[in-house]
Amino acid sequence: MASKLTRSNRAGWIMAFPGIALMTLFIIVPFFLAFAFSLTNQRLASPNAVEYVGFENYSDLLGLAVFTLEPERDESGAVVRDEDGEIEYPRLRNFTRNNPDYPNLAGKREWFSWASGENRTVVLSSDVVFMKALVNTFTFVIFVAPIQAGLALCLALLINQKLRGINVFRTVYFMPVVVSIVVVSILWRFIYSPGDGLLNNALGWLTFGAFTPQDWLGNTSTALPAIMAMSIWQGVGFHMVIWLAGLQNISPTLYEAGNIEGANKWQTFRYITWPGLRNTAVLILIVITMQAFALFAQIDVMTSGGPLDSTQVLVFQAVERGYGKQDISGGSTISVILFVIVLTISLIQRYLTRER
Amino acid sequence: MKLKHLLASAALTALATSAAAQTELSLWYHGAGSANAEEALVNQMVEEFNASQSDWRVVIETFPQLAYNDAVGAAALAGELPDILDVDGPVMPNWAWAGYMQPLGIDESILDGFLPGPIGRWNGEVYSVGLWDAAVAMTTRRSTLEDNGIRVPTIEEPWTKDEFDAALATLQATGDFDHALDLGMAWAGEWYPYAFSPFLQSFGGDIVDRETYQTAEGVLNGDEALAFGEWWQSLFENGYVPGTSQDAADRETGLLNGTYAIQWNGNWAALPVVEAFGDDALFLPAPDFGNGPVIGAASWQFGISATSEHPEGAREFIEFAMQDRWFAAFSDGTGLIPSTASAAAMTENYAPGGPLEVFYDLSEAQALVRPVTPGYIVQAKVFEKALADIANGADVADTLDAAVDEINEDIEANQGYGHN
Repeated sequence: MASKLTRSNRAGWIMAFPGIALMTLFIIVPFFLAFAFSLTNQRLASPNAVEYVGFENYSDLLGLAVFTLEPERDESGAVVRDEDGEIEYPRLRNFTRNNPDYPNLAGKREWFSWASGENRTVVLSSDVVFMKALVNTFTFVIFVAPIQAGLALCLALLINQKLRGINVFRTVYFMPVVVSIVVVSILWRFIYSPGDGLLNNALGWLTFGAFTPQDWLGNTSTALPAIMAMSIWQGVGFHMVIWLAGLQNISPTLYEAGNIEGANKWQTFRYITWPGLRNTAVLILIVITMQAFALFAQIDVMTSGGPLDSTQVLVFQAVERGYGKQDISGGSTISVILFVIVLTISLIQRYLTRER
Repeated sequence: MKLKHLLASAALTALATSAAAQTELSLWYHGAGSANAEEALVNQMVEEFNASQSDWRVVIETFPQLAYNDAVGAAALAGELPDILDVDGPVMPNWAWAGYMQPLGIDESILDGFLPGPIGRWNGEVYSVGLWDAAVAMTTRRSTLEDNGIRVPTIEEPWTKDEFDAALATLQATGDFDHALDLGMAWAGEWYPYAFSPFLQSFGGDIVDRETYQTAEGVLNGDEALAFGEWWQSLFENGYVPGTSQDAADRETGLLNGTYAIQWNGNWAALPVVEAFGDDALFLPAPDFGNGPVIGAASWQFGISATSEHPEGAREFIEFAMQDRWFAAFSDGTGLIPSTASAAAMTENYAPGGPLEVFYDLSEAQALVRPVTPGYIVQAKVFEKALADIANGADVADTLDAAVDEINEDIEANQGYGHN
């Protein structure tokens, strides 16, 4: 094997060279650089010498602590309650700031908390913004990957017919993919505009004015779903084309055979189309997952991670820290963590969808 | 044939040598594609400088503003900085500290009579000077205030916090406006620290402790800052101000079409207001929240790169630019505030009796430069996020604490940013 690759295959190597060289230069080398930077305090611009800091950048991002807040008690030991009857707790900042009794909490902030009896259990994080970005990124992937893949398959089935003018539909569905994502994001900001934006107007018209206008991107509960919907719409055409290629690879003789056997539409899909799309499905799943993890432009243009960090995502944070705040080591650390996550998930997907 | 060739090349060489008598200086400028006359004026200034003497020939290269700082950063890493740099005032200390720039070394007497904003100092030395400054004002209409019984403030006697709050409540209650005040939340980015940190400073807080520039503790999360934060949040809770999702188009037109009663906006947006409202237009000073009224200062300025081989040529160009006639020309072309009073007198808008004269007075009376530290780049981003979060309802004390922590960690990670 090795001898065949090295000896009688010079033309192959020459043809592969440009691709390998570019990938080495722009993907492999930067990855190793990012890993190296993440172990230092590298800045974007600084006269100070770079120092090796070990895994400090990682612990600054991933540090967690659990703390139980006991309620405020008055002199008789009874729990203090506010006007609404809610239990009052001491401010967390009394413990996390300049308090030598709790060194493990220093500099940490509340991520989330829940009530347990009279006490309140608080999970603190060294970097709440990063944690929120992590959760938002996963939420985005979990919703976008299946919905986008499913919608793309439906569209592919629809346009995989011999009809007059079908190419018009193919073009229309594919159009958003060709337009730059930055342009699409700016347009969708107008669509989501609060008050009299296009979406608010359309919904108001459809419901005869019963719909109250929403501040789609300015509301913590709608901002991320709004970006998901827009991202799905933008990317669905690309995956539709890949599905379509898969569909057209299935031999027509199989469908003819199915027809003769008297298979109905669902049986045809379940026993002929779907098995025939196996490899395409694996490809699409992995590609969508990786693309969804790389979410950046929409966030950068539409929300900058706001409101209240409800649309923070990992790549945006990596860029924001590395370039915006000149902290190359911090940005690199996030990139390395993202790489490990995506690699792990891809390997799991590979394993689950392996040929048995 | 051969002879002809030889003659031609000799002629060419002669031509080239005569042109090369002027040493080339490169100049990078941020205003590519600017909507007003800025780019044309810079080119005109360069041409006149090149024609005015025989030693130097300045070659200008312009960049879009959004890409400019990145281009300089990349050029610095690659060792390809130009001789003369154009730099935004608050960014200058970072570039000086990072070794992109060298002190100007000009005769400081030519800076007499300058507004404070256009002079960029770092560690006691002048690194950059500007041809103009910018100022912000509470822009509104006299009739709006008088119809609602609100006092028209003056520079000597600006609104107090209570007066300002009462004015906003009154205007909001009229129901004539969607919002009583437009702060420009749509303008994410440098606008936040530039336009809003003066409120914090007027309360008595600041982004970072200006005595040492080593910490933000007690300054950005002290009692004054907490009071500022609570007030800031109340503006949004009461609906006086449109929030962070404000449409940029509303920011442009909201005051002119009556959606907003008062707008916190810069002098660059003032001329349309004068055109629309004429004598009814008012440009009012910042309110005094207890520690004196404050507005931001400093705009784009010229400096010399650290790697320039001909700093004396760069210096000559910058001194050439520091003339009242250029200040006046840029002011007339762009609407910005000229750096000196004598130049202001030569302009259409800032001359005594001119429609924007008040902005020169505001700049003189209330302007405070943003924190002069290399860490400002990071601190501005942290401050911007804290203000956006508080506007969106985050807990004030926790948010400001988190901002303090982030600023302090950054100062520590940069070993104090070289303050001495």
